[in-house]
Amino acid sequence: MDNHLFLPILMPLIGAALAVVAGQRRMLARTIVLLATLANLGYGTWLLWLVDAEGRQATQSGDWAAPFGITLVADGLSALMLIVAALLMLTTLIYSFATLDGDQERFFYYPLLLALLAGVSGAFITGDLFNLYVWFEVMLVASFGLLTLGGSRGQLEGGLKYVVLNLIGSTSFLIGAGLIYGVAGTLNMAHLGERLTTIQEPSLVTAIAGLFLFAFGAKAAIFPLFFWLPTSYHTPPVAVTAIFSGLMTKVGVYSLYRVFGLIFPNELARFAPLILTLAGLTMVIGVIGAVAQTDIRRILSFHIVSQIGYAIMGLGLASVAGLAAGILFIAHVMIVKTALFFIGGAAERIYGTAELKKMGGLAKREPLLATFWLIGILSLAGIPPLSGFFGKLALLQAGVAQQAWLITGVAAGVSILTLFSMLKIWNEVFWKKAYTDVSQLPRVPAGLMIPGAVLALASVALGLGAAPLADYSALAAGQAFDVSGYVVDVCGVAGCDAAATTVRQENTQ
Amino acid sequence: MTLILSLVVGTLFAGAVYLMLRRSVVKLILGLILLSHGVNLLIFLMGDGLRRGEPAFVDSVTGAVSANAADPLIQALILTAIVISFGLITFIMSLAYRANQAVQSDDLDDMTLTDKL
Repeated sequence: MDNHLFLPILMPLIGAALAVVAGQRRMLARTIVLLATLANLGYGTWLLWLVDAEGRQATQSGDWAAPFGITLVADGLSALMLIVAALLMLTTLIYSFATLDGDQERFFYYPLLLALLAGVSGAFITGDLFNLYVWFEVMLVASFGLLTLGGSRGQLEGGLKYVVLNLIGSTSFLIGAGLIYGVAGTLNMAHLGERLTTIQEPSLVTAIAGLFLFAFGAKAAIFPLFFWLPTSYHTPPVAVTAIFSGLMTKVGVYSLYRVFGLIFPNELARFAPLILTLAGLTMVIGVIGAVAQTDIRRILSFHIVSQIGYAIMGLGLASVAGLAAGILFIAHVMIVKTALFFIGGAAERIYGTAELKKMGGLAKREPLLATFWLIGILSLAGIPPLSGFFGKLALLQAGVAQQAWLITGVAAGVSILTLFSMLKIWNEVFWKKAYTDVSQLPRVPAGLMIPGAVLALASVALGLGAAPLADYSALAAGQAFDVSGYVVDVCGVAGCDAAATTVRQENTQ
Repeated sequence: MTLILSLVVGTLFAGAVYLMLRRSVVKLILGLILLSHGVNLLIFLMGDGLRRGEPAFVDSVTGAVSANAADPLIQALILTAIVISFGLITFIMSLAYRANQAVQSDDLDDMTLTDKL
């Protein structure tokens, strides 16, 4: 029994409750949320080490034997996502301390952030399909609150579209979960993985897998289900946009990896051409959508969509090498994307506008900020030796190895377009001669600089330490596709059906 | 019974899609409500057969469950789904009310502020 697996869910939840109690005492509330997030970061680091050393960790909640109870499972992919999520939340908190006004803090901003972290961590660590749905809802309700907190017209309009589209996505997830219970008679992921290999009606399973692709695709913002993202993500405060860009869509990608790796490995081979097509279209449409925009955050929002295409490409290659590349890429893009939103937000705050035309000359005024932005965009575009290069290199290598020429070519081409689009912001905001006197502008406070700097340096560190990280992502991808190993770790060597029979016999005697 | 429930689920889904494709926010919300009801009934159909009159209680002496007992898991799932959809619909209603105040319109085509370049 590894009961510590409850900690990444419990610590943010307790922190959220305490932060509600702390209420108006702002410093106390800030200390509590900071400690809870730090605890999650520390735990994630330890779990990463543990999974790397000892392999998969599993625990049964309430000591209900698998496959009857809700199982919590941490493997390489979960541990990596947990640690990145906690790191992003930590930097978001620092950024929020420096930028938010009292009004937003008063209306339970920090408890909502921690509830978001709890939902995300729960989704990463659960081994039960219906429980995954519940964590999705926890995460979504928290995100609804964060997105609309403030109540400006843009937030309400964008929020309504975001809420409705996500609700439809969740509902199709629920339909899929219900149908799969009807087909397989279980919701435990290990048990599902075991039973679906010998299922009688494969066509029904294909339909269900399609439903899951739709549900998680809508959350991950893949083509053609991405339109809610650019219309809502630029409306809330920058800190909220940044944490959404880092976490929300990536939970959808994680769920696609998990569900197709563990529950539908046979369907993955069938869906692979479709997933690759969608991945290519997502990349291209996202990057083209960014061209028309002239607002920093809107440009970056379209790039979230474009980058999701790469992560989906890792899945669509339907191999361990492809998924390993996807995992490597997603860890990188979560960090870099959030860093860019932080730095862009700092520039937005200095000028008081996000319109590219009205900005300029910031490189001379804030050389440090400009440096971190440059690191971020070069990493996003995939210039060595930054983290983005190794993520994309692994994807392209996997694509070439499997002779998926078209998607590999599209991925390489979109990289160039990404760099072009990012250089547009660089030219307009940092390099261009300013129309106004930049020496009159306010200096950027340390609280706005540090979060982006930490994440940009993390990208450099990931690039320099790419070899161990690539080894780790290969391990994680191997675990994600290893259905029999997963079943053994959750239900024991005899398998879940045998474990269920044993439990029934013990109870009747 | 299964056939009747299946038809009800299909009707609910059809009505939900029709309402959600209208331009009015209120009809959109009504569509979401129908959709969540349809899903709950669909999960209900996914248990191991529909039976009545025999709840899934274990016998106090032998510890065995009657072979004909109703599937308890779908009831737990539906209960969870009802609670979640109830909370979400409440949130959407208050959000739609605030959006209606801000936009002064019930027409989704008027809510394009965030899409403009």
